[in-house]
Amino acid sequence: MVAVTTELREQLRVRRSADTGGQVFRGLLTLALLISFAALVAVILTALTRSWPILSERAIDFLTSSSSQDPTKAGVFQGVQGSVLLAVITGAVAFPVGIGGAIYLEEYAGDTLFSRFLQVVVRNLAGVPSIVYGLLGLAVFVQALGGITGGRSVIAGGLTLACLVLPVVIITTQEAIRAVPSEQRQAGYGIGATHWEVIRSIVLPSAAPGILTGTVLSIARAVGEAAPILVVGAVSGFFQTGNLSFLEQMQSFFTALPMQIFSFTRQPTQTWGAHAAGASVAILLVVIALNSVAIWMRARLDRRLRK
Amino acid sequence: MSSTETGDAVIANPPNTRPSWVTEGNAVSESAVEPSVGSVFEVRDVSVYYDDFRAVTDVDLDINENEITAFIGPSGCGKSTMLRTFNRMNDLIEGARMTGQLLYHGIDLYDEEVDPVAVRRRIGMVFQKPNPFPKSIYDNIAFGPKIAGTAESMDDIVERSLRGAGLWDEVKDRLKDSALGLSGGQQQRLCIARATAVNPDVLLMDEPCSALDPIATGRIEELMLEMKENFTIVIVTHNMQQAARVSDRTAFFTAELDSTTDQRTGLLVEYDLTTTIFSNPTDHRTENYITGRFG
Repeated sequence: MVAVTTELREQLRVRRSADTGGQVFRGLLTLALLISFAALVAVILTALTRSWPILSERAIDFLTSSSSQDPTKAGVFQGVQGSVLLAVITGAVAFPVGIGGAIYLEEYAGDTLFSRFLQVVVRNLAGVPSIVYGLLGLAVFVQALGGITGGRSVIAGGLTLACLVLPVVIITTQEAIRAVPSEQRQAGYGIGATHWEVIRSIVLPSAAPGILTGTVLSIARAVGEAAPILVVGAVSGFFQTGNLSFLEQMQSFFTALPMQIFSFTRQPTQTWGAHAAGASVAILLVVIALNSVAIWMRARLDRRLRK
Repeated sequence: MSSTETGDAVIANPPNTRPSWVTEGNAVSESAVEPSVGSVFEVRDVSVYYDDFRAVTDVDLDINENEITAFIGPSGCGKSTMLRTFNRMNDLIEGARMTGQLLYHGIDLYDEEVDPVAVRRRIGMVFQKPNPFPKSIYDNIAFGPKIAGTAESMDDIVERSLRGAGLWDEVKDRLKDSALGLSGGQQQRLCIARATAVNPDVLLMDEPCSALDPIATGRIEELMLEMKENFTIVIVTHNMQQAARVSDRTAFFTAELDSTTDQRTGLLVEYDLTTTIFSNPTDHRTENYITGRFG
């Protein structure tokens, strides 16, 4: 009896070495997280230290001043304005079109050869480099539709970015719609709801948090893109908005923060380095603001659905 | 003779005026049980297919008004599939199709002129897993009446439905709270209340207690016995004691190898008064199942 107990005790004893594999894996995972986090911190710290000469002296002034040849007066106000406008136009176009397309693909298209083809096309479009979208924008929105967009304008830029984010919006919306439990749909149908009523009252409200987060994040990403708007004609440096009407402004030259960062870094003198870093801080602020909106909306919708 | 409008005409018609998918030459066979009250459903030679797979074969039975009918049988015997033909839920499954005839108060449920959405408003369903919407308790109940349109005050409907499901006293002070905060048993009773809020005629219950503990199960069973005054209930259950406790009639299904397709298919073995099925079954397969020798 004693022997059996001793043997059992031995079998049950904690073995420190037993889970080495698990410990190593856990360590690697932690390392991966630390590397991503370190990269983010490095970006923010670099931007802040390099822009310190400007931010320490004229942070607000830098954000509210227009472009200028004079380094001591130059600011990024037009860039901020342009980037925010681009984000609004991109969202206003990509949001309804992308969500509509995703609902069609998920709910109505069925499983046909054509719908599978569309599915593959959308997935591939999500991987197309942004500069290619710039060329598309140049051909379509600047040249073909120049009469409406005013050619190289903020409208053309916004539409181009909308095309850029559309595949991502469609894919994230599809994922969110697919994540709605089938029990929920069944409950809706079981009570005599039509397909549209199930989509509107059950699927979309449940999918809304995921759709919103995905969409806003992709728009935030697009706002940081320099390549496409460079091609559709964002200008750098000095230009006059004067007293043009809102529509005229929308149809005329524009600039945006990524464009300004690009042009600041191309200035020969050392003085402009701080401007580039300062504009980077500004773009980070715009992106963080957009992401905060996404997080806030998600939390709000989640609370409404669960509590 | 134009004869597509009324159910009587459909029954009376010679085979060539029936929908094309109804097998010709199948005379309406005698059902196992003589209707005592009046049939809500008459199932005639119904088979259901998922693509090429025949899930259930040649079922014939009548469901009587204001009775509880239980479908029992081992997994894969097609009892849930059969249940879902009654409110055309199988329509939602791609590749599912049905042959035979299913009459609801004499009307062919699968006639081209019949709208499945309208069918589901009259024939409600309660599912295996409680599936309240992620909305408030109130909005869960109000969902059906709202889409169907109603002249009655919504507050009255909500109170009546929740009382009918024995849930009113437990939730009356938190109607605006999320339905997801309720316990499993409460959620299932909420789903029953939600299904009854549109004043259906029939309630289909697909293993409604399989996710519940014995106490919650007991409450649902009591509720069913109360509700059969107003509704015709068809319940699929894995629990034979449950069938014995609540149902008036029991249909025993099993799955057997179909020699023509070499696939297992579900079939109705025996359909009779519950007391007969459990005390004196005719078929040895029924006896083996209820005495626990297989399944």
